[in-house]
Amino acid sequence: MGPKPSGFTCPVPAVGGDHITLAHGEGGRLMRRLIEQTILPQVGSTFLAPLGDAALLPAITRPLAMSTDSFVVSPLFFPGGDIGKLAVFGTVNDLAVSGARPLWISLAMIVEEGLALETLERVLTSIAQAAAQVGVSVVTGDTKVVPRHAADGLFLNTTGIGEVFFPLAGASSLTAGDELLVSGPVGRHGMAVMTSREGLQFDPPPTSDCAPLFDAVQTLQKAGVPVKAMRDATRGGLAAVMHEWAQASRTTLVVHEPDLPVTSEVRGACEVLGLDPIHVANEGTMVIAVPSGSGAATLAALRNIPQCSGAALVGHVTRRGLSPVVVRRKFGPEIPLDEPLGAPLPRIC
Amino acid sequence: MKYLDEYRDPECCRRLLAQIRRTVSRPWTVMEVCGGQTHGFLRYGLDQELAGCVELIHGPGCPVCVTPLESIDFAVELARRGDALVTSFGDMLRVPGSRESLMQVRASTGNVQVVYSPLDAVDLARRTPERQVVFFAVGFETTTPATALAVHQAHDLGLTNFSLLVSHVRVLPAMELLAADPQAGIHGFLAAGHVCTVAGFDSYVDFSRRHRMPVVVTGFEPVDLLSGVLECVEQLERGEARVANRYARSARAAGNQPALGLVADVYEPCDRPWRGLGVVPAGGLRLRAEWATWDAETRFPRQSQAVSEPPECRSGEVLTGRIKPPQCECFGVRCTPESPLGAPMVSAEGACSAYYRYAVARRETGSDSTRS
Repeated sequence: MGPKPSGFTCPVPAVGGDHITLAHGEGGRLMRRLIEQTILPQVGSTFLAPLGDAALLPAITRPLAMSTDSFVVSPLFFPGGDIGKLAVFGTVNDLAVSGARPLWISLAMIVEEGLALETLERVLTSIAQAAAQVGVSVVTGDTKVVPRHAADGLFLNTTGIGEVFFPLAGASSLTAGDELLVSGPVGRHGMAVMTSREGLQFDPPPTSDCAPLFDAVQTLQKAGVPVKAMRDATRGGLAAVMHEWAQASRTTLVVHEPDLPVTSEVRGACEVLGLDPIHVANEGTMVIAVPSGSGAATLAALRNIPQCSGAALVGHVTRRGLSPVVVRRKFGPEIPLDEPLGAPLPRIC
Repeated sequence: MKYLDEYRDPECCRRLLAQIRRTVSRPWTVMEVCGGQTHGFLRYGLDQELAGCVELIHGPGCPVCVTPLESIDFAVELARRGDALVTSFGDMLRVPGSRESLMQVRASTGNVQVVYSPLDAVDLARRTPERQVVFFAVGFETTTPATALAVHQAHDLGLTNFSLLVSHVRVLPAMELLAADPQAGIHGFLAAGHVCTVAGFDSYVDFSRRHRMPVVVTGFEPVDLLSGVLECVEQLERGEARVANRYARSARAAGNQPALGLVADVYEPCDRPWRGLGVVPAGGLRLRAEWATWDAETRFPRQSQAVSEPPECRSGEVLTGRIKPPQCECFGVRCTPESPLGAPMVSAEGACSAYYRYAVARRETGSDSTRS
């Protein structure tokens, strides 16, 4: 007799493995396992757990605010944040600066075949932590896997719903004399992503300001600050918000450059690269417009929260002149501030 | 921030301006050679502060702006080949060629990539042996050492898929043309501090003597610019004409000798067409015969024909200081940074883009006087 077979081994490799494959998106067993073992333990909620086709949400009495945003940042992890944190804070900040308390968000993921499962898990952990930090639940979601090169690692989309608790008159109500503030140093997110993506070595490196703004908004509401408008200064930075507001209100906005808070890391990196922090993106810093005379009280309220300790009064509104936005520097005449073209820093959020 | 704040000090700027105003007995016309200086003057509104004392003529010192149309067309042609990857600095991508820009080619073929250094392009060639990586080498004396080093590296690595499309330019031959042009009416020059840091300024001594014009090596911050202007007008008022260094923290008379040695090993001067100026004798650099293997123009036969500039773009007159950007009928109307007709509206150092960014008010009121 020949030797006894030592045992039967299946030639089919084990399904799953360390990387996401197209099979994870096909709606079969692998997909269910991905949802049940990887996604739900991290971001599951009362509303998500039934895994129905739609989240069934309770009725609320106040007016609603809704916002959506997609996130394609490269690299997925950068100093001060990652795509998961960004996807939660980006959407809840849009709600917060609209005077809404964020309640629920959706989470859609487009995953490139070959993404390490561990990477996806890290991002999901980050999403879960960010959602817990701001008190929102992920109530519905979707996962698609696309072939290699059809996406860059991982794209996310979040849509958020919130209840309006702090109605604002909006940017069109800005008039001469209004005061303009920022809630912290500008340009941090854009420089953090750019320097880490391009491998530019700065010591210390600029870190992203990626953070929720809801606490700051709630503080202003509780302090009774008569806020006219708020915007998170994301792509295009402070300059983009200034231009939009000037356009909406037919006024001219004046930025006082010496008062603009900029960290030394951001300033150094911007000087080397020939960029102006006023044009560089933020992800946890907002611009606030208040009526004449309310600036100091707004600043005092903001500085009560650690996240806004670097808040500053940075400008004011005047009657419409030749240019929609001008910069007042330490020296010389007021100079028009150009609208950002949008080319130098692609894919930062 | 060290090395910046002291050169942007408002008190110092006011003092220098007052000194300039006390010094001048008549308006002087001074050309700042470099586009970086133009942006510095306009960013701080120094040109307005100097009005009546010094008229600034914005020089051709923007490498992207003076790169001839046929070089851009050739880069586009290379990027349209299936096997090539054209790399360059970001600004170069948006400059319109006669039919399309590199950015448009990137959108349709993906064969164009922005790099921050020519050495990154060498690295790309090393990592993608199946592709012909071409670095579109533009720039003055400031960028030539890095591209020369890239050629050395490619040689040392034995790369056969790396080459340079050389469009390097030399600043002094262009200054010769402008100094000899009576229409330009220039009294003195502010030489580019960065170029002098590499190339030195010994070579300006003879130039300054022959043309009887002061040449002041000048930096880019407000204090640098104003102290350069002050030195220039002091010389002019005294009837002097010599080379002075007001960028001593960086520039030395003999320049950076190791860098210059590297450049001399790889390149030799040649006549080159400059956008706006025509052919400038000895105004460019080309690879020496022993490095011709790395020359894209040797490696790839050129198909495209020589073309002429779009007739309505007056960038030639802007680059030679004959007109200021707002005097061009297209400025801000048919020519904007989003949709540029010519390179000076594209480049971060272009005079048209400087006026567009910092001088909207003047654009709208048309308050600049005409020079002709």
